[in-house]
Amino acid sequence: MPESNDHFTPYPDHVLENVLENVLAFLHSRRDRNAVSLVCRSWYRAEAYTRSDVFIGNCYALSPRRVTDRFTRVRSVTIKGKPRFADFSLLPVNWGAHFTPWVSGMANAYRTLEKIHLKRMSVTDDDLAAVANSFPRFKELVLVCCDGFGTAGIAAVVSRCRGLRVLELIEDEVSDDYVDWISCFPADGPTNLESLMFDCVESPINFESLENLVARSPLLKKLGLNRFVTIGQLHRLMTRAPQLTHLGTGSFSPPEQPEQHEHHENDNNRVSDYVSAFASCKSVVCLSGFREIAPEYLPAIIPVCANLSSLNLSFANINAEQLKPVIRHCHKLRVFWALDSIGDEGLQAVAETCKDLRELRVFPIDATENGEGLVSEMGLLAISIGCRKLQSILYFCQQMTNAAVVAMSKNCPDLVVFRLCIIGRFSPDHVTGEPMDEGFGAIVKNCKKLTRLAVSGLLTDRAFSYIGQYGKLVRTLSVAFAGDSDIGLKYVLEGCTNLQKLEIRDSPFGDSGLWSGLPRFYNMRFVWMSSCRVTREGCLDVARQLPRLVVEVFRRDEEEGGEKSDFVNTLYMYRSLDGPRADAPRFVNIL
Amino acid sequence: MDQTRSTLDLFNNVDLTTELRLGLPGSDGKPENVKSSLSGNKRTSSEMGSSSCTDENESRYSPPTKEQVVGWPPVRSYRKNILQVKKTESEMGSGMYVKVSMDGAPYLRKLDLKMYQSYEELIKGLQVMFKCVIGLYSEREGYNGSQHVPTYEDKDGDWMLVGDVPWEMFISSCKRLRIMKSCEARGLGEFV
Repeated sequence: MPESNDHFTPYPDHVLENVLENVLAFLHSRRDRNAVSLVCRSWYRAEAYTRSDVFIGNCYALSPRRVTDRFTRVRSVTIKGKPRFADFSLLPVNWGAHFTPWVSGMANAYRTLEKIHLKRMSVTDDDLAAVANSFPRFKELVLVCCDGFGTAGIAAVVSRCRGLRVLELIEDEVSDDYVDWISCFPADGPTNLESLMFDCVESPINFESLENLVARSPLLKKLGLNRFVTIGQLHRLMTRAPQLTHLGTGSFSPPEQPEQHEHHENDNNRVSDYVSAFASCKSVVCLSGFREIAPEYLPAIIPVCANLSSLNLSFANINAEQLKPVIRHCHKLRVFWALDSIGDEGLQAVAETCKDLRELRVFPIDATENGEGLVSEMGLLAISIGCRKLQSILYFCQQMTNAAVVAMSKNCPDLVVFRLCIIGRFSPDHVTGEPMDEGFGAIVKNCKKLTRLAVSGLLTDRAFSYIGQYGKLVRTLSVAFAGDSDIGLKYVLEGCTNLQKLEIRDSPFGDSGLWSGLPRFYNMRFVWMSSCRVTREGCLDVARQLPRLVVEVFRRDEEEGGEKSDFVNTLYMYRSLDGPRADAPRFVNIL
Repeated sequence: MDQTRSTLDLFNNVDLTTELRLGLPGSDGKPENVKSSLSGNKRTSSEMGSSSCTDENESRYSPPTKEQVVGWPPVRSYRKNILQVKKTESEMGSGMYVKVSMDGAPYLRKLDLKMYQSYEELIKGLQVMFKCVIGLYSEREGYNGSQHVPTYEDKDGDWMLVGDVPWEMFISSCKRLRIMKSCEARGLGEFV
């Protein structure tokens, strides 16, 4: 809420502006705010003055200065950096997305900053120290898929940010600086911690300090442990924090000591101990972790299953028989992540019980192309029949049929996200031998709310004609090893009028396909094309036609020299208000 | 504070490809570029040179090659590493398992080289598995600066420094791995 009124004036315009500011304080959606800011200058100013949460979808779309000049009273900043294909080693490691200029830009401008949320940024320990030192009211740090920092940086934040409420480290690469960061929280008195998640930190944790910390954090609702926390230690933490709602369970196995396994009767006692620990955590709605699960302990979670809305078993190598006793209690489950080790049979069990399921992700335990296919079209079909309210699916498999995908398109009309990854490249429908065009075509045609699509398998240009024709709401499209010719890309760029993010690899799309997107590129967040058939000249042409587009060309393996083939290895382009970035490494050519 | 955290990042700065490589004449040796030059719908195995054809695949359209493609399938290496650590004790399957020892650690581990597609990923996996820091490779100085140095025994029984030869050559000749303490690894570095 804006504080005291600085513009005391008799002019009616300013009165109106003050009223507007007061009203806008209630407006939170950034899309609505963007619309408001376009009405007129006065509304633009009022909106800028009242925007407290700033979202930056591409850190290179503008400079930090532009943000701090426009929005002067910001409490929360969200910044996204690298394109998603960086997750799969397709982006050279020191490509960019550095947080440093942002933290230094904000340090002076946003003294009251409370929350920083970063995704795929390179964050250094010095950056984290700067955060700790620059923002006296700092409360929330959420880092997702970031790298470049270590336990030393975390220690700096937890030791100096006394008001810290949220520290969430999610799928980051955190180096082990051998710093006992968990002991660096202020030593005495209760903390303000509401959420502490460090599942991804790959270094041992000082358990005594952790237990002490949890015991004096009465507001703690979310706790995500890393795999160095054993099930016995988890038990102790749960008794300290029965009010938890979100729990990442750590390794979920006993420590590896030979003598432990000699006492089987103790094991049985232990399981029942753990059962009672879960029974007393009545508020738990979200479970994850299970990093090194000893499957015989899984039934310990049964007491909370009936209330679970989210269950992440995606690190648990368990089979259907081990899953069933647990999943059959999870009637309220909305989100389920698992490994394909549960098989089609496990998915069938999910389909029978989880009628409210909204999101499913099935990851492969064996991510090789000739691997054993543990789930197939049968599992997909079962889910589509049992979970009619499904909105989001990510499914890895070795084989699939059009029929199953078509069935899902009809059974699950609410699908917003459909990501199917048939691991064998160019795999056709394994029953008919046909391309997978019809399956994906049915998805875009029948799922009228679809905004995100990832395709795989053998696909011809026809699949892309369907996507262009029906995928009018699609904002994100991922393509790999698909299509026949430029026409495929043309269909998509001309047809998908809401396309924001396009990522393509290893597909035969070239310059003429690329050029068909010229009218669209300023409306998109980015386009990524790697190992396709675009040439340097083609990219240069785009850069010339669209001066506000930053067109980056580079090789994945960072060679600076001439292209080994005629085609550009990687093209990554995005709109920018402030021109090409100054921090591009030498191997990146900006055209 | 200026520690070896970013050494992994720096590690990737170094161009590990040398002029020597296994591949068909005229190809640039990179699987993804070979694929992208395909025309038409024919994607049969005869078009692909494959150096590691393994077991049969009953589908009519068997995948053209068993070479590993970088970043495919799109599973984050974070997930791959975690599962790798657990997989070592379970079924062997068609993996390319080698024993890994680390000086000072009481137990040998087994590691499936096929899980990795580059030195970067392998080193990351070793660091996770053994909870150590290996860090920066350079052609000239090997792993200068790290406490641990990854070495391997090749087909001829020689002990080599991990990273010296192209990746494809490495995985076809590596018999076992040993993470040595850097003080003992001096002699290897000088071979280059």
